[in-house]
Amino acid sequence: MTSDAQPAPTQGAQPTPTVGDIQAGPVTVSRLSRARVRPRGSRKELVVWYVMRVTAVALFVLALAHFSIVHFIWDPATQNAAFIADDRWNQVFWRGFDWLLLTTVIVHAFLGVRTVILDYIHPRAWRNGTLWVLYVIGIVLFVLGTQVILTLPTQALTTGM
Amino acid sequence: MRVPLTLRYRPRAGMVAWAFHRLSGVGIFAFILLHIVDIYLVGANPNLYNDVLAFYASFPGRILETVLGAALLYHALNGLRIVIIDLWPAMTVYHRQLWYGTWIIFIGVGVPGALIILRPVWLPLLQQLGLA
Repeated sequence: MTSDAQPAPTQGAQPTPTVGDIQAGPVTVSRLSRARVRPRGSRKELVVWYVMRVTAVALFVLALAHFSIVHFIWDPATQNAAFIADDRWNQVFWRGFDWLLLTTVIVHAFLGVRTVILDYIHPRAWRNGTLWVLYVIGIVLFVLGTQVILTLPTQALTTGM
Repeated sequence: MRVPLTLRYRPRAGMVAWAFHRLSGVGIFAFILLHIVDIYLVGANPNLYNDVLAFYASFPGRILETVLGAALLYHALNGLRIVIIDLWPAMTVYHRQLWYGTWIIFIGVGVPGALIILRPVWLPLLQQLGLA
């Protein structure tokens, strides 16, 4: 299952981890975190690697807060469309909060599924086609979510000023 | 009872962590597709949105929300563990504690959370039994 063989250390490369990482096909997985090790040699993959971790920390706060608000502070039984328009989204702060959540969750979720696609779909045409469909869905959802956050009328916003 | 050696496959902690992370991640992804569309309905078709919310508040809806909450909590806690180990290598010394900590917090936060979400399910049951 695992191979402890380390790539030969090359000049200028990062120090080899003391604990053996796991080579799974073209991907190296950290033995301890069981996530991908920091990619080397590809600027794009390195950026994706960092973006996943930065959005993860943001979502730890944003997503868990969101789930707590709509399940523990308010119960789903007390919610409807009017509640969203007049209570949840009657302040710019909460619209901003939810838009930030929308943006980070789309980046994190779609890059996460990108990783799954790269893991399982290998023929180049299939892989690129699936990724293309994935990104289109992501952009469409981002537009839909942004539109409703920006345009849903609120009593407080339309008459209270 | 003696279990034959061949049946005694014991997965390593890291493998379980990885499998649950991917499973919960894909599950949350599926819900987010639904959830962005249903919030879009608040503006586009409020009546349909109210129907969707009535399902969220129903008995099967609450079971699914509990599963979603569990997936979200696990993914969040395990994700934080990954971030800590990946970005702060000195913490790898405590990787075992981080892994057990993940599950302690998962149970400690998740069980009360599940009880709150499922309150409309178990409360009438207790009342029928004359216990509440």
